[in-house]
Amino acid sequence: MKRFLSILMVFLMLVTFATGCGTTDGDNGDAGDNGDNGDAVVEEPGRLILVTTTSTYDSGLLDYLLPFFEEEHNYEVDVVSLGTGAALEQGQNGDADVALVHAKATELEMVEAGHFVDRIDVMYNDFVVVGPAEDPAGVKESADIKEAFAKIAESGSEFISRGDDSGTHKKELELWTLSEVANEGDWYVNAGVGMGDTLVMADEKLGYTLTDRATYLSMAETLELEIVFEGDESLFNQYGIMAVNPENWPDVNYDGAKLLIEFMGSEEGQNLISEFKPYGDTLFFPNAE
Amino acid sequence: MLLEFWDAIKLLSNLDSGLAEIVLLTIYVSGSAVLLAALLGIPAGTWLGMQKQGKVKGLTRLVYTLMGLPPVVGGLIIYLLIRRQGLLGTFGFLYTPTAMIMAQFLLATPIVIGMTSVAVRSKGKNIHETLVSLGARKGLILRSIIWEARYGILGAVIAGFGRVVAEVGAVMMVGGNIEGKTRVMTTTIVLETRKGNFDFALALGLILLIVSFIFNVILYQIQQGGASDDE
Repeated sequence: MKRFLSILMVFLMLVTFATGCGTTDGDNGDAGDNGDNGDAVVEEPGRLILVTTTSTYDSGLLDYLLPFFEEEHNYEVDVVSLGTGAALEQGQNGDADVALVHAKATELEMVEAGHFVDRIDVMYNDFVVVGPAEDPAGVKESADIKEAFAKIAESGSEFISRGDDSGTHKKELELWTLSEVANEGDWYVNAGVGMGDTLVMADEKLGYTLTDRATYLSMAETLELEIVFEGDESLFNQYGIMAVNPENWPDVNYDGAKLLIEFMGSEEGQNLISEFKPYGDTLFFPNAE
Repeated sequence: MLLEFWDAIKLLSNLDSGLAEIVLLTIYVSGSAVLLAALLGIPAGTWLGMQKQGKVKGLTRLVYTLMGLPPVVGGLIIYLLIRRQGLLGTFGFLYTPTAMIMAQFLLATPIVIGMTSVAVRSKGKNIHETLVSLGARKGLILRSIIWEARYGILGAVIAGFGRVVAEVGAVMMVGGNIEGKTRVMTTTIVLETRKGNFDFALALGLILLIVSFIFNVILYQIQQGGASDDE
Protein backbone atom coordinates (compact mmCIF):
# COMPACT_ATOMS: atom_id res chain seq x y z
CA MET A 1 0.00 0.00 0.00
CA LYS A 2 2.80 2.32 0.94
CA ARG A 3 4.37 1.68 -2.46
CA PHE A 4 1.14 2.41 -4.22
CA LEU A 5 0.84 5.69 -2.34
CA SER A 6 4.30 6.81 -3.32
CA ILE A 7 3.60 6.06 -6.98
CA LEU A 8 0.38 8.04 -6.66
CA MET A 9 2.35 10.95 -5.21
CA VAL A 10 4.70 10.98 -8.17
CA PHE A 11 1.78 10.91 -10.54
CA LEU A 12 0.07 13.79 -8.74
CA MET A 13 3.27 15.81 -8.91
CA LEU A 14 3.38 15.26 -12.65
CA VAL A 15 -0.23 16.35 -13.02
CA THR A 16 0.30 19.46 -10.89
CA PHE A 17 3.29 20.33 -12.98
CA ALA A 18 1.30 19.78 -16.15
CA THR A 19 -1.61 21.99 -15.14
CA GLY A 20 0.80 24.62 -13.82
CA CYS A 21 2.26 24.94 -17.29
CA GLY A 22 -1.17 25.04 -18.83
CA THR A 23 -2.18 28.31 -17.17
CA THR A 24 0.20 30.29 -19.37
CA ASP A 25 -2.19 29.63 -22.24
CA GLY A 26 -4.50 32.21 -20.70
CA ASP A 27 -2.03 35.01 -21.25
CA ASN A 28 -2.48 35.02 -25.00
CA GLY A 29 -4.02 37.79 -26.98
CA ASP A 30 -2.72 41.31 -26.63
CA ALA A 31 0.82 42.24 -27.52
CA GLY A 32 1.29 45.02 -25.01
CA ASP A 33 4.91 44.87 -23.95
CA ASN A 34 7.42 43.32 -26.26
CA GLY A 35 10.03 42.43 -23.68
CA ASP A 36 13.40 44.08 -23.23
CA ASN A 37 14.53 46.90 -25.39
CA GLY A 38 17.98 45.84 -26.49
CA ASP A 39 19.08 49.10 -28.12
CA ALA A 40 22.74 49.93 -28.10
CA VAL A 41 22.14 52.79 -25.67
CA VAL A 42 21.12 50.38 -22.91
CA GLU A 43 24.20 49.34 -20.97
CA GLU A 44 22.97 45.96 -19.84
CA PRO A 45 23.13 43.66 -22.90
CA GLY A 46 19.80 42.40 -24.15
CA ARG A 47 19.19 38.68 -24.16
CA LEU A 48 17.98 36.83 -27.20
CA ILE A 49 17.20 33.14 -27.41
CA LEU A 50 17.88 31.63 -30.80
CA VAL A 51 16.73 28.09 -31.48
CA THR A 52 18.47 26.35 -34.29
CA THR A 53 19.16 22.89 -35.63
CA THR A 54 22.02 20.73 -34.49
CA SER A 55 23.64 20.74 -37.92
CA THR A 56 23.74 24.54 -38.09
CA TYR A 57 25.24 24.79 -34.66
CA ASP A 58 27.79 22.00 -35.10
CA SER A 59 29.20 23.60 -38.25
CA GLY A 60 30.57 26.44 -36.12
CA LEU A 61 28.90 29.11 -38.27
CA LEU A 62 27.06 30.71 -35.36
CA ASP A 63 30.13 30.86 -33.14
CA TYR A 64 31.79 32.77 -35.93
CA LEU A 65 28.86 34.96 -36.95
CA LEU A 66 27.06 35.94 -33.76
CA PRO A 67 29.91 37.86 -32.04
CA PHE A 68 29.68 40.46 -34.86
CA PHE A 69 25.99 40.93 -34.13
CA GLU A 70 26.45 40.93 -30.36
CA GLU A 71 29.18 43.55 -30.59
CA GLU A 72 27.14 45.82 -32.85
CA HIS A 73 23.85 45.72 -30.98
CA ASN A 74 24.93 45.00 -27.40
CA TYR A 75 23.14 41.68 -27.30
CA GLU A 76 23.84 38.31 -25.86
CA VAL A 77 22.48 35.57 -28.05
CA ASP A 78 21.86 32.25 -26.31
CA VAL A 79 21.88 29.48 -28.88
CA VAL A 80 19.80 26.39 -28.21
CA SER A 81 20.45 23.63 -30.73
CA LEU A 82 17.75 21.03 -31.20
CA GLY A 83 16.25 18.91 -33.94
CA THR A 84 14.16 20.92 -36.40
CA GLY A 85 10.92 19.54 -34.94
CA ALA A 86 11.81 20.48 -31.38
CA ALA A 87 13.26 23.84 -32.44
CA LEU A 88 10.01 24.83 -34.15
CA GLU A 89 7.95 23.50 -31.23
CA GLN A 90 9.97 25.60 -28.76
CA GLY A 91 9.43 28.69 -30.87
CA GLN A 92 5.76 27.92 -31.28
CA ASN A 93 5.46 27.63 -27.50
CA GLY A 94 7.15 30.99 -26.94
CA ASP A 95 10.23 29.49 -25.30
CA ALA A 96 12.52 31.18 -27.82
CA ASP A 97 12.62 34.53 -29.62
CA VAL A 98 13.89 33.63 -33.04
CA ALA A 99 14.47 30.46 -35.07
CA LEU A 100 17.09 29.62 -37.70
CA VAL A 101 16.16 26.31 -39.35
CA HIS A 102 16.21 24.56 -42.71
CA ALA A 103 12.84 23.07 -43.55
CA LYS A 104 11.37 25.71 -45.83
CA ALA A 105 8.02 24.04 -46.51
CA THR A 106 7.36 23.51 -42.79
CA GLU A 107 8.58 27.03 -41.98
CA LEU A 108 6.14 28.58 -44.43
CA GLU A 109 3.32 26.49 -42.98
CA MET A 110 4.21 27.74 -39.50
CA VAL A 111 4.23 31.36 -40.69
CA GLU A 112 0.89 30.75 -42.40
CA ALA A 113 -0.50 29.37 -39.13
CA GLY A 114 0.63 32.52 -37.32
CA HIS A 115 3.30 31.00 -35.09
CA PHE A 116 6.17 32.93 -36.66
CA VAL A 117 6.57 36.26 -38.48
CA ASP A 118 9.11 38.12 -40.65
CA ARG A 119 10.66 35.03 -42.25
CA ILE A 120 13.47 35.60 -44.75
CA ASP A 121 15.72 33.26 -46.72
CA VAL A 122 19.28 33.55 -45.38
CA MET A 123 21.52 31.12 -47.17
CA TYR A 124 21.74 27.61 -48.54
CA ASN A 125 24.15 24.77 -48.28
CA ASP A 126 24.02 21.40 -49.95
CA PHE A 127 23.59 17.78 -49.07
CA VAL A 128 25.82 15.02 -50.35
CA VAL A 129 25.38 11.26 -50.54
CA VAL A 130 28.24 9.46 -48.80
CA GLY A 131 29.12 5.78 -48.87
CA PRO A 132 31.96 3.27 -48.77
CA ALA A 133 34.94 4.02 -51.04
CA GLU A 134 34.36 0.73 -52.92
CA ASP A 135 30.87 2.00 -53.79
CA PRO A 136 29.17 -1.44 -54.05
CA ALA A 137 25.95 0.10 -55.34
CA GLY A 138 27.73 1.99 -58.14
CA VAL A 139 26.25 5.33 -57.09
CA LYS A 140 29.22 7.31 -58.41
CA GLU A 141 28.12 6.85 -62.05
CA SER A 142 24.62 8.19 -61.44
CA ALA A 143 23.38 11.00 -63.67
CA ASP A 144 21.07 12.51 -61.07
CA ILE A 145 19.91 12.03 -57.48
CA LYS A 146 16.93 10.01 -58.65
CA GLU A 147 19.21 7.41 -60.19
CA ALA A 148 21.60 7.50 -57.22
CA PHE A 149 18.84 6.66 -54.72
CA ALA A 150 17.35 4.03 -57.02
CA LYS A 151 20.74 2.30 -57.29
CA ILE A 152 21.12 2.17 -53.50
CA ALA A 153 17.65 0.69 -53.13
CA GLU A 154 18.25 -1.92 -55.85
CA SER A 155 21.72 -2.94 -54.68
CA GLY A 156 20.55 -3.94 -51.21
CA SER A 157 23.38 -1.95 -49.60
CA GLU A 158 22.26 -0.48 -46.33
CA PHE A 159 21.03 3.10 -46.23
CA ILE A 160 21.08 4.78 -42.82
CA SER A 161 18.25 7.25 -42.27
CA ARG A 162 18.30 9.88 -39.52
CA GLY A 163 14.69 8.99 -38.79
CA ASP A 164 14.32 11.91 -36.37
CA ASP A 165 12.10 14.38 -38.23
CA SER A 166 15.10 16.70 -38.63
CA GLY A 167 15.55 18.95 -41.65
CA THR A 168 17.98 16.42 -43.09
CA HIS A 169 15.51 13.59 -42.54
CA LYS A 170 12.73 15.55 -44.21
CA LYS A 171 15.00 16.26 -47.17
CA GLU A 172 15.86 12.58 -47.43
CA LEU A 173 12.18 11.60 -47.49
CA GLU A 174 11.57 14.19 -50.23
CA LEU A 175 14.34 12.61 -52.27
CA TRP A 176 12.88 9.10 -51.89
CA THR A 177 9.55 10.39 -53.12
CA LEU A 178 11.32 12.09 -56.01
CA SER A 179 13.20 8.93 -56.96
CA GLU A 180 10.00 6.85 -56.92
CA VAL A 181 11.50 3.88 -55.07
CA ALA A 182 10.08 2.58 -51.80
CA ASN A 183 12.32 3.26 -48.82
CA GLU A 184 11.34 0.04 -47.10
CA GLY A 185 13.07 -3.20 -46.39
CA ASP A 186 15.93 -4.66 -44.42
CA TRP A 187 18.42 -2.43 -46.21
CA TYR A 188 16.69 0.75 -44.97
CA VAL A 189 17.95 1.38 -41.43
CA ASN A 190 15.79 3.84 -39.55
CA ALA A 191 18.15 5.13 -36.86
CA GLY A 192 16.85 7.84 -34.58
CA VAL A 193 20.15 9.64 -33.96
CA GLY A 194 21.94 12.87 -34.87
CA MET A 195 23.96 13.51 -38.04
CA GLY A 196 27.34 12.69 -36.49
CA ASP A 197 26.11 9.39 -35.05
CA THR A 198 24.45 8.54 -38.36
CA LEU A 199 27.74 9.07 -40.21
CA VAL A 200 29.58 6.85 -37.73
CA MET A 201 26.89 4.20 -38.20
CA ALA A 202 27.11 4.34 -41.99
CA ASP A 203 30.88 4.08 -41.68
CA GLU A 204 30.68 1.05 -39.39
CA LYS A 205 27.98 -0.72 -41.39
CA LEU A 206 29.56 0.08 -44.78
CA GLY A 207 26.32 1.73 -45.78
CA TYR A 208 25.17 4.90 -47.48
CA THR A 209 23.59 8.00 -46.03
CA LEU A 210 22.55 11.55 -46.85
CA THR A 211 24.42 14.26 -44.96
CA ASP A 212 24.92 17.99 -45.07
CA ARG A 213 28.36 18.81 -46.40
CA ALA A 214 29.48 20.75 -43.32
CA THR A 215 28.96 17.89 -40.87
CA TYR A 216 30.59 15.41 -43.24
CA LEU A 217 33.66 17.62 -43.75
CA SER A 218 34.03 18.24 -40.03
CA MET A 219 34.26 14.48 -39.47
CA ALA A 220 35.86 13.35 -42.72
CA GLU A 221 39.22 12.58 -41.11
CA THR A 222 37.75 9.98 -38.77
CA LEU A 223 35.56 8.36 -41.41
CA GLU A 224 36.30 6.03 -44.31
CA LEU A 225 33.17 7.25 -46.07
CA GLU A 226 33.52 9.19 -49.29
CA ILE A 227 31.23 11.53 -51.16
CA VAL A 228 29.65 9.34 -53.85
CA PHE A 229 27.13 11.81 -55.22
CA GLU A 230 26.83 15.61 -55.12
CA GLY A 231 25.80 18.68 -57.05
CA ASP A 232 22.19 17.90 -57.99
CA GLU A 233 19.98 20.95 -57.63
CA SER A 234 17.48 19.10 -55.48
CA LEU A 235 20.24 18.59 -52.91
CA PHE A 236 20.29 22.29 -52.08
CA ASN A 237 19.10 23.13 -48.62
CA GLN A 238 17.52 26.49 -47.87
CA TYR A 239 17.97 28.10 -44.46
CA GLY A 240 15.51 30.64 -43.16
CA ILE A 241 15.28 32.84 -40.08
CA MET A 242 12.02 33.99 -38.50
CA ALA A 243 10.77 35.60 -35.31
CA VAL A 244 8.31 34.09 -32.87
CA ASN A 245 5.00 35.89 -33.29
CA PRO A 246 4.83 38.48 -30.47
CA GLU A 247 1.04 38.54 -30.69
CA ASN A 248 0.97 35.01 -29.30
CA TRP A 249 3.70 35.54 -26.72
CA PRO A 250 4.00 39.14 -25.51
CA ASP A 251 7.09 38.29 -23.45
CA VAL A 252 9.30 37.28 -26.35
CA ASN A 253 12.04 39.66 -27.38
CA TYR A 254 10.61 40.64 -30.73
CA ASP A 255 12.77 43.77 -31.14
CA GLY A 256 15.92 41.72 -30.72
CA ALA A 257 14.63 39.05 -33.06
CA LYS A 258 13.97 41.67 -35.72
CA LEU A 259 17.47 43.10 -35.32
CA LEU A 260 19.01 39.66 -35.79
CA ILE A 261 16.87 38.96 -38.85
CA GLU A 262 17.95 42.31 -40.35
CA PHE A 263 21.57 41.54 -39.56
CA MET A 264 21.45 38.13 -41.23
CA GLY A 265 19.89 39.63 -44.36
CA SER A 266 22.18 42.68 -44.45
CA GLU A 267 25.12 43.02 -46.80
CA GLU A 268 27.49 42.68 -43.86
CA GLY A 269 25.86 39.51 -42.57
CA GLN A 270 25.69 37.98 -46.04
CA ASN A 271 29.35 38.75 -46.73
CA LEU A 272 30.40 37.24 -43.41
CA ILE A 273 28.51 34.04 -44.22
CA SER A 274 30.24 33.64 -47.57
CA GLU A 275 33.63 34.19 -45.90
CA PHE A 276 33.09 31.34 -43.46
CA LYS A 277 35.47 28.66 -44.75
CA PRO A 278 36.58 26.36 -41.91
CA TYR A 279 37.64 23.60 -44.33
CA GLY A 280 38.89 25.74 -47.17
CA ASP A 281 35.65 26.09 -49.16
CA THR A 282 32.52 28.13 -48.61
CA LEU A 283 30.00 25.99 -46.72
CA PHE A 284 26.98 28.29 -46.76
CA PHE A 285 25.99 30.37 -49.78
CA PRO A 286 24.14 33.56 -48.82
CA ASN A 287 20.96 34.22 -50.82
CA ALA A 288 18.87 36.74 -48.89
CA GLU A 289 16.94 39.13 -51.12
CA MET B 1 -1.17 20.81 -21.51
CA LEU B 2 -3.10 18.52 -19.18
CA LEU B 3 -5.36 17.78 -22.11
CA GLU B 4 -2.38 17.00 -24.30
CA PHE B 5 -1.10 14.64 -21.65
CA TRP B 6 -4.41 12.85 -21.57
CA ASP B 7 -4.44 12.71 -25.37
CA ALA B 8 -0.98 11.18 -25.31
CA ILE B 9 -2.12 8.46 -22.93
CA LYS B 10 -5.07 7.71 -25.17
CA LEU B 11 -2.69 7.69 -28.10
CA LEU B 12 -0.48 5.18 -26.33
CA SER B 13 -3.38 2.90 -25.43
CA ASN B 14 -4.31 2.28 -29.05
CA LEU B 15 -0.85 2.33 -30.53
CA ASP B 16 0.26 -0.41 -32.88
CA SER B 17 2.70 -3.20 -32.10
CA GLY B 18 5.63 -0.77 -32.32
CA LEU B 19 5.31 0.36 -28.74
CA ALA B 20 4.93 -3.18 -27.37
CA GLU B 21 8.07 -4.13 -29.27
CA ILE B 22 9.96 -1.24 -27.68
CA VAL B 23 8.77 -2.14 -24.18
CA LEU B 24 9.66 -5.82 -24.67
CA LEU B 25 13.12 -4.97 -26.00
CA THR B 26 13.70 -2.68 -23.02
CA ILE B 27 12.81 -5.48 -20.61
CA TYR B 28 14.88 -8.01 -22.57
CA VAL B 29 18.01 -5.81 -22.70
CA SER B 30 17.93 -4.44 -19.15
CA GLY B 31 16.70 -7.74 -17.69
CA SER B 32 19.49 -9.74 -19.36
CA ALA B 33 22.10 -7.19 -18.32
CA VAL B 34 20.97 -7.27 -14.69
CA LEU B 35 20.71 -11.07 -14.65
CA LEU B 36 24.30 -11.36 -15.89
CA ALA B 37 25.42 -8.64 -13.49
CA ALA B 38 23.77 -10.56 -10.62
CA LEU B 39 25.42 -13.84 -11.62
CA LEU B 40 28.84 -12.21 -11.49
CA GLY B 41 28.19 -9.48 -8.94
CA ILE B 42 26.55 -11.42 -6.11
CA PRO B 43 29.39 -13.96 -5.70
CA ALA B 44 32.01 -11.24 -6.21
CA GLY B 45 30.29 -8.90 -3.76
CA THR B 46 29.89 -11.67 -1.18
CA TRP B 47 33.56 -12.49 -1.45
CA LEU B 48 34.47 -8.81 -1.13
CA GLY B 49 32.17 -8.39 1.86
CA MET B 50 33.73 -11.33 3.70
CA GLN B 51 37.31 -10.14 3.40
CA LYS B 52 38.91 -8.16 6.21
CA GLN B 53 38.13 -4.51 5.47
CA GLY B 54 41.74 -3.34 5.55
CA LYS B 55 42.86 -5.98 3.09
CA VAL B 56 40.47 -4.93 0.30
CA LYS B 57 40.36 -1.19 0.91
CA GLY B 58 41.70 -0.28 -2.54
CA LEU B 59 39.46 -2.75 -4.33
CA THR B 60 36.39 -1.54 -2.45
CA ARG B 61 37.11 2.05 -3.38
CA LEU B 62 37.56 1.06 -7.00
CA VAL B 63 34.16 -0.67 -7.01
CA TYR B 64 32.49 2.31 -5.35
CA THR B 65 34.03 4.64 -7.91
CA LEU B 66 32.85 2.46 -10.79
CA MET B 67 29.32 2.64 -9.36
CA GLY B 68 29.37 6.23 -10.58
CA LEU B 69 30.65 5.44 -14.08
CA PRO B 70 28.79 7.79 -16.45
CA PRO B 71 26.64 5.67 -18.80
CA VAL B 72 27.99 7.36 -21.88
CA VAL B 73 31.55 6.47 -20.84
CA GLY B 74 30.48 2.86 -20.30
CA GLY B 75 28.95 2.96 -23.77
CA LEU B 76 32.11 4.48 -25.22
CA ILE B 77 34.29 1.70 -23.77
CA ILE B 78 32.04 -0.99 -25.25
CA TYR B 79 31.84 0.91 -28.54
CA LEU B 80 35.62 1.06 -28.86
CA LEU B 81 35.78 -2.68 -28.17
CA ILE B 82 33.17 -3.77 -30.71
CA ARG B 83 33.53 -1.31 -33.58
CA ARG B 84 35.02 -2.66 -36.79
CA GLN B 85 38.60 -1.74 -35.84
CA GLY B 86 38.02 -2.81 -32.22
CA LEU B 87 39.26 -5.90 -30.40
CA LEU B 88 35.93 -7.70 -30.82
CA GLY B 89 35.14 -6.05 -34.15
CA THR B 90 34.91 -9.30 -36.13
CA PHE B 91 31.77 -10.45 -34.27
CA GLY B 92 29.61 -7.61 -35.59
CA PHE B 93 28.05 -6.80 -32.21
CA LEU B 94 27.75 -3.06 -32.89
CA TYR B 95 24.15 -1.80 -33.28
CA THR B 96 22.64 -5.04 -31.92
CA PRO B 97 20.80 -5.75 -28.64
CA THR B 98 23.83 -7.81 -27.58
CA ALA B 99 25.95 -4.65 -27.61
CA MET B 100 23.36 -2.89 -25.45
CA ILE B 101 23.37 -5.76 -22.96
CA MET B 102 27.18 -5.60 -22.80
CA ALA B 103 27.13 -1.88 -22.05
CA GLN B 104 24.41 -2.13 -19.42
CA PHE B 105 26.14 -5.13 -17.84
CA LEU B 106 29.22 -2.94 -17.44
CA LEU B 107 27.12 -0.31 -15.67
CA ALA B 108 25.10 -2.65 -13.44
CA THR B 109 27.87 -4.96 -12.22
CA PRO B 110 29.73 -2.47 -9.99
CA ILE B 111 26.43 -1.56 -8.31
CA VAL B 112 25.54 -5.17 -7.61
CA ILE B 113 29.07 -5.91 -6.31
CA GLY B 114 29.25 -2.80 -4.18
CA MET B 115 25.82 -3.05 -2.57
CA THR B 116 26.12 -6.81 -2.06
CA SER B 117 29.43 -6.39 -0.28
CA VAL B 118 27.92 -3.78 2.04
CA ALA B 119 24.95 -6.05 2.82
CA VAL B 120 27.20 -9.03 3.46
CA ARG B 121 29.56 -7.02 5.62
CA SER B 122 26.80 -5.70 7.85
CA LYS B 123 24.84 -8.97 8.14
CA GLY B 124 27.48 -11.61 7.76
CA LYS B 125 29.83 -10.82 10.64
CA ASN B 126 27.87 -12.38 13.50
CA ILE B 127 26.66 -15.42 11.68
CA HIS B 128 30.15 -16.07 10.34
CA GLU B 129 31.63 -16.11 13.82
CA THR B 130 28.80 -18.21 15.22
CA LEU B 131 29.00 -20.82 12.49
CA VAL B 132 32.78 -21.01 12.64
CA SER B 133 32.62 -21.60 16.40
CA LEU B 134 30.07 -24.35 15.78
CA GLY B 135 32.45 -25.92 13.30
CA ALA B 136 30.24 -25.52 10.20
CA ARG B 137 31.65 -26.25 6.77
CA LYS B 138 32.59 -23.42 4.41
CA GLY B 139 29.78 -24.07 1.90
CA LEU B 140 27.15 -23.88 4.60
CA ILE B 141 28.65 -20.69 6.02
CA LEU B 142 28.58 -19.06 2.59
CA ARG B 143 24.97 -20.05 1.91
CA SER B 144 23.86 -18.87 5.34
CA ILE B 145 25.52 -15.51 4.91
CA ILE B 146 23.97 -14.93 1.48
CA TRP B 147 20.60 -15.94 2.94
CA GLU B 148 20.97 -13.53 5.84
CA ALA B 149 21.97 -10.69 3.54
CA ARG B 150 19.24 -11.42 0.98
CA TYR B 151 17.35 -8.16 1.52
CA GLY B 152 20.42 -6.11 0.85
CA ILE B 153 21.31 -8.25 -2.16
CA LEU B 154 17.83 -7.88 -3.57
CA GLY B 155 18.19 -4.15 -3.10
CA ALA B 156 21.44 -4.34 -5.06
CA VAL B 157 19.71 -6.06 -7.97
CA ILE B 158 16.83 -3.55 -7.93
CA ALA B 159 19.26 -0.64 -7.89
CA GLY B 160 21.19 -2.19 -10.78
CA PHE B 161 18.01 -2.58 -12.82
CA GLY B 162 16.91 0.94 -11.97
CA ARG B 163 20.21 2.30 -13.22
CA VAL B 164 20.28 0.51 -16.54
CA VAL B 165 16.60 0.74 -17.45
CA ALA B 166 16.75 4.52 -17.02
CA GLU B 167 20.03 5.22 -18.79
CA VAL B 168 20.15 6.43 -22.36
CA GLY B 169 23.73 7.42 -23.19
CA ALA B 170 25.17 3.93 -23.47
CA VAL B 171 22.35 2.24 -25.39
CA MET B 172 22.11 5.18 -27.78
CA MET B 173 25.80 4.90 -28.54
CA VAL B 174 26.20 1.14 -29.02
CA GLY B 175 22.61 0.39 -30.12
CA GLY B 176 22.11 3.31 -32.47
CA ASN B 177 18.37 3.63 -31.74
CA ILE B 178 17.42 1.67 -34.88
CA GLU B 179 13.68 1.29 -35.35
CA GLY B 180 12.51 -2.27 -34.80
CA LYS B 181 15.98 -3.47 -33.80
CA THR B 182 17.64 -1.47 -31.05
CA ARG B 183 15.09 1.16 -30.08
CA VAL B 184 14.26 1.06 -26.35
CA MET B 185 12.11 3.27 -24.17
CA THR B 186 14.71 5.83 -23.13
CA THR B 187 16.06 6.31 -26.66
CA THR B 188 12.49 6.67 -27.93
CA ILE B 189 11.90 9.37 -25.32
CA VAL B 190 15.01 11.25 -26.45
CA LEU B 191 13.97 10.94 -30.09
CA GLU B 192 10.40 12.10 -29.48
CA THR B 193 11.66 15.01 -27.36
CA ARG B 194 13.99 16.07 -30.17
CA LYS B 195 11.11 15.88 -32.61
CA GLY B 196 9.14 18.20 -30.36
CA ASN B 197 6.53 15.59 -29.33
CA PHE B 198 6.84 16.50 -25.68
CA ASP B 199 3.49 15.08 -24.55
CA PHE B 200 4.17 11.76 -26.21
CA ALA B 201 7.64 11.63 -24.64
CA LEU B 202 6.15 12.36 -21.23
CA ALA B 203 3.61 9.57 -21.60
CA LEU B 204 6.40 7.19 -22.59
CA GLY B 205 8.21 8.23 -19.41
CA LEU B 206 5.15 7.22 -17.43
CA ILE B 207 5.15 3.81 -19.10
CA LEU B 208 8.81 3.40 -18.20
CA LEU B 209 7.94 4.11 -14.57
CA ILE B 210 5.17 1.52 -14.71
CA VAL B 211 7.57 -1.09 -16.13
CA SER B 212 9.99 -0.31 -13.32
CA PHE B 213 7.17 -0.53 -10.78
CA ILE B 214 6.07 -3.96 -12.01
CA PHE B 215 9.66 -5.22 -11.89
CA ASN B 216 9.93 -4.06 -8.28
CA VAL B 217 6.62 -5.63 -7.31
CA ILE B 218 7.73 -8.99 -8.73
CA LEU B 219 11.07 -8.90 -6.92
CA TYR B 220 9.32 -7.83 -3.72
CA GLN B 221 6.95 -10.78 -4.04
CA ILE B 222 9.84 -13.20 -4.49
CA GLN B 223 11.47 -11.78 -1.42
CA GLN B 224 8.25 -12.01 0.62
CA GLY B 225 7.71 -15.60 -0.48
CA GLY B 226 11.19 -16.57 0.64
CA ALA B 227 10.91 -14.70 3.90
CA SER B 228 7.69 -16.36 5.04
CA ASP B 229 9.59 -19.61 5.73
CA ASP B 230 11.36 -18.36 8.79
CA GLU B 231 9.38 -15.37 9.95
